[in-house]
Amino acid sequence: MLRFGLVAVVGALAVAGSSLAEAQTPKKGGTLNFAVVAEPPTLDCHAVTTFAFAHPALPHYSKLLKWKGDFNNLKIVGDLAKSWEQSPDGLTYTFKLHDNVKFHDGAPMTSADVKASYDRIVNPPEGVISARRALHSDIGSIETPDAHTVVFKLKKTNASMLTHFASPWNCIYRAEKLKEDPTFPTKTILGTGAFQFVEYVKGSHWTGKRFDDYFLKDRPYLDGYKAFFVKSNAVVTGMIGSQFDGEFRGRSPKERDQIMAAMKDNATLVEGPWVSNLMFTFNTKKKPFDDVRVRQALTMAVDRWAGSEALSKISMLKYVSGMLRPGYEYGLPMSELEKLPGFSKDIEKSRAEAKKLLAEAGVPNLKVKLVNRNVAEPYTPGGIFLIDQWRRIGVEVEHSQLETKLFFDAMKEGNFDVLVEFISDFADDPSAQFDKLLTNEKSSQAAANHGDKKLDELFDKQAGEIDPVKRKAIVNEFERYALTQAYSAPLLWWQRIIVHHKKIKGWEHQANHFTATDLIDVWLDE
Amino acid sequence: MLGYILRRLLMVIPTLLGVAVAVFFLIRVMPGDPVVVKLRADGANVTEETIQAERKRLGLDQPLIVQFKDYMIGLTRLDLGKSLWTGQSVAGEIALRFPVSLQVAIMATLIAVIIAVPLGTLCAIYRDSWLDNVIRVVAVSGLAIPGFWLGMLIILGLLYFFNWLPKIGYVSIFEDPITNLSALFWPALSVGYRYAAVVTRMMRSALLEVMREDYIRTARAKGVYERLVTRRHGLRNALLPVVTVVGLEFAFLIGGLVVTEQVFNLNGIGKLFVDATARGDFTLIQGLVLLIATVFVIVNLLVDLLYAALDPRIRLT
Repeated sequence: MLRFGLVAVVGALAVAGSSLAEAQTPKKGGTLNFAVVAEPPTLDCHAVTTFAFAHPALPHYSKLLKWKGDFNNLKIVGDLAKSWEQSPDGLTYTFKLHDNVKFHDGAPMTSADVKASYDRIVNPPEGVISARRALHSDIGSIETPDAHTVVFKLKKTNASMLTHFASPWNCIYRAEKLKEDPTFPTKTILGTGAFQFVEYVKGSHWTGKRFDDYFLKDRPYLDGYKAFFVKSNAVVTGMIGSQFDGEFRGRSPKERDQIMAAMKDNATLVEGPWVSNLMFTFNTKKKPFDDVRVRQALTMAVDRWAGSEALSKISMLKYVSGMLRPGYEYGLPMSELEKLPGFSKDIEKSRAEAKKLLAEAGVPNLKVKLVNRNVAEPYTPGGIFLIDQWRRIGVEVEHSQLETKLFFDAMKEGNFDVLVEFISDFADDPSAQFDKLLTNEKSSQAAANHGDKKLDELFDKQAGEIDPVKRKAIVNEFERYALTQAYSAPLLWWQRIIVHHKKIKGWEHQANHFTATDLIDVWLDE
Repeated sequence: MLGYILRRLLMVIPTLLGVAVAVFFLIRVMPGDPVVVKLRADGANVTEETIQAERKRLGLDQPLIVQFKDYMIGLTRLDLGKSLWTGQSVAGEIALRFPVSLQVAIMATLIAVIIAVPLGTLCAIYRDSWLDNVIRVVAVSGLAIPGFWLGMLIILGLLYFFNWLPKIGYVSIFEDPITNLSALFWPALSVGYRYAAVVTRMMRSALLEVMREDYIRTARAKGVYERLVTRRHGLRNALLPVVTVVGLEFAFLIGGLVVTEQVFNLNGIGKLFVDATARGDFTLIQGLVLLIATVFVIVNLLVDLLYAALDPRIRLT
């Protein structure tokens, strides 16, 4: 997917898309009504981490780059950047910006605005939260040789840098406003996106209207949109009752079936993989989980293949893969994965081996406290599945499902034997997906509490390797080693099920719920 | 009377002060870090440094006593603080939702009173008749069926029979009465049914008791028409306990429509309460508890005043 060539020049709309919907002639006008099943904690792009902000608010903003296409055919294209270039040593990125971009207040957007926005991400002033500061810490300086050129100079090579430039969270703010008040974006929505902010009524809805001075003259198609904040369990009835026409995070198979049965030909169903998984992490500070034999036994007892078959019918859990999304080119091939602990298709043999390992480790009658979130989808079915699998090798499980805040307390305090965790990112990227597998020294999110520096070393090595072939080899080595040591083990990767009214066209189903939210190409066939 | 009202209103201050102090410390005993939930719950790779920066920004790094001092100083200026989650003023967050919950509570109360007072009266008058039995079965069903479940049945019924649901989103009754009432009638009905069941049962038992009193017998002995005996002497006295129940139920509904608001997608106080609790939004929870305590105190005062209006023997001094 990502090939870091020397030059990549892609016009923001050069990619026409390949779906049937886009083959039709888009119609202008109409208001898109959709549901969002959570609410944003802040209005600041740079501080926020949730889709609850991305879905209603990102149509107001532009970024340097963005993701285009569906999960089968995804690529990075320009958003504000009409072209970009990476130097041969990988240390300099030069972006040429569109020259007719305006903010919603009429002010022209220039390279100074990009610099000010990225400065805010890399070095947030007092009182400003930059949730992704660490990911951008390799940016050494930002130069603006002219009003429409931005040059990023890195302190060291970073293979994920282009992915970060295409982050949905790197909204471009107006420099002048930031200078007056660095916390301006927490109070006011002012971007260069295709839709202007109209109102946000907390707990109720968020509305946007077409920005007539948007820099792409034939976009957007919609007159506006309205996002309704509803509880997840109200989506099915809301869609059937025409209160809104879609929800773009993802539904469970049961909800999919209910909506499809009621809406019949009026519904469009799109399903595919998701850069999100459930994994279980062992507390290596506690005995016997410091013993690799115990960890391997517990991952070997899990029949992921049968689990995929059964769980995919009732939950979001579906795909078998290692530490990277199934289908991602940097991931281990299935043929190799099957040879690693926990992925054999001969489950009886695996479980016999698992019992043997537990006996060798001196814990034939192991008892485990499994800490999980009390979120129905997909945590509960995932936890119950693990209980069943481990009972088959004689392991007794106490399943403790906690509220999210208590779950994080348990994680932080190490008050668990095994923790049901998750990975959820906006793009396939080894640096993002491997973060939780590192030592605590390296990652503040690592729950396993192991001190295995080999993982940190391999992580750093792959992160700085800009040759894709060499990077893939290191990433494979990391994944192989991580799965063998099994400080954390993947359970299953999620399936993203989106059902929306058939009149919605041009919406791209990407393998995450953060990107493809600008609504630029969305139109209504009515 | 005016002196009584003023004294009661002054008593509100220490009551609310006690509530404010208790809720401030009790909430902070609750485990869980709201900042971690805010920044990490969706899986983001947020560093501990960022978490600490946000904690500092929200003032959660301050010693508890400093936070308490700031909170109490704020209260003296009627400033409930800012939501830890949205950064908006707690008063603003509440003010946005209060009209929804208030209107549903008022509508549910109207539904309950309109249904319950006549039915309860009929039950008492025709005690142990088929009519009494039918009404009692309906009332007991109302007590047994949770409001949110009835709400779900109503939604499914509307979809099944009419393929229709009310428009989502709150519109003020003054702005668009039809849209407003078509959206809020259903939740009011779903909680009003249980409410009516409670009041019907209360009305029936209170009226039965009153109708056995000496003054009723005296009125009958004087030859007063039975209808007049019931209406003038029975009903008026029987309403005293009913008013108490109606008042308590009304106050409860302001913050108690937790599930019903979720079922009907209403942006009310109950939903806000649940969200605030799940997120550990201390300041918002404090504000909401204070609001509900205030509603209870005011409703109790109104009930006492209504007592005096209904029963001339009660003198409020």
